Amino acid sequence: MIKISVGPDDFDVGEEIQLVAGKGGGAIASFVGQVRDDGNIEALELEHYPAMTDKALRKIAEAAQSDWPLHAITIIHRVGKLSLGENIVLVVTGSDHRGAAIEACSFIMDKLKTVAPFWKKETRADGATSWVEERASDVAASEKWQTKD
Amino acid sequence: MDRTLTILYFAWVRERLGRDEEQVPLDEGAETIADVLAMLSSRGIAYAEVLADAGKLRFALDQEYGTLESPVGSARELAIFPPVTGG
Repeated sequence: MIKISVGPDDFDVGEEIQLVAGKGGGAIASFVGQVRDDGNIEALELEHYPAMTDKALRKIAEAAQSDWPLHAITIIHRVGKLSLGENIVLVVTGSDHRGAAIEACSFIMDKLKTVAPFWKKETRADGATSWVEERASDVAASEKWQTKD
Repeated sequence: MDRTLTILYFAWVRERLGRDEEQVPLDEGAETIADVLAMLSSRGIAYAEVLADAGKLRFALDQEYGTLESPVGSARELAIFPPVTGG
């Protein structure tokens, strides 16, 4: 099972983990990304390229599925205005063993951050806004999975 | 044959150009993404400035990543945007 969801609505982490667990295996890994308090940030505005986002996320999930023995993958990414502490992204992977589940989850996040067409704009406490820039560490993390594109 | 490309702009590219989408008739010799950028750059100072440093931009043809050398071919949609920052 591959479940991809992109939209403004929040997600229930427990529910999503149960859904993946229900697809078999006994090893479930998950990652939740939230709006971080990173130097007076009050909110994020997440923009995306709707026609491409779903395709790009599905491609990442399919690459994970072909490289690890997974029973289920869920990727949920929110868009629109998000406040401090709110959920942004959830990845859940289910496998028979933890190694595959954890590695696949990590791979999906690394690729998502460098390939999926989302852009973050930060709003600071004084009202100033700025577009988040690409981080070299994210690019390096993505490139380390060089055989898994 | 007249070719028209839908060009989409995202994030600060969209903001600095003041538009998110436009239909652009392609010049006869416009073969690659680089050619399309050169064409757009001749439209005005805002385009020329935003597109000047193509290394800071990413491109997708019909929702698949491409490079400056990618042939536009029969693609209908070219998206121009900064490096992605989701997650």
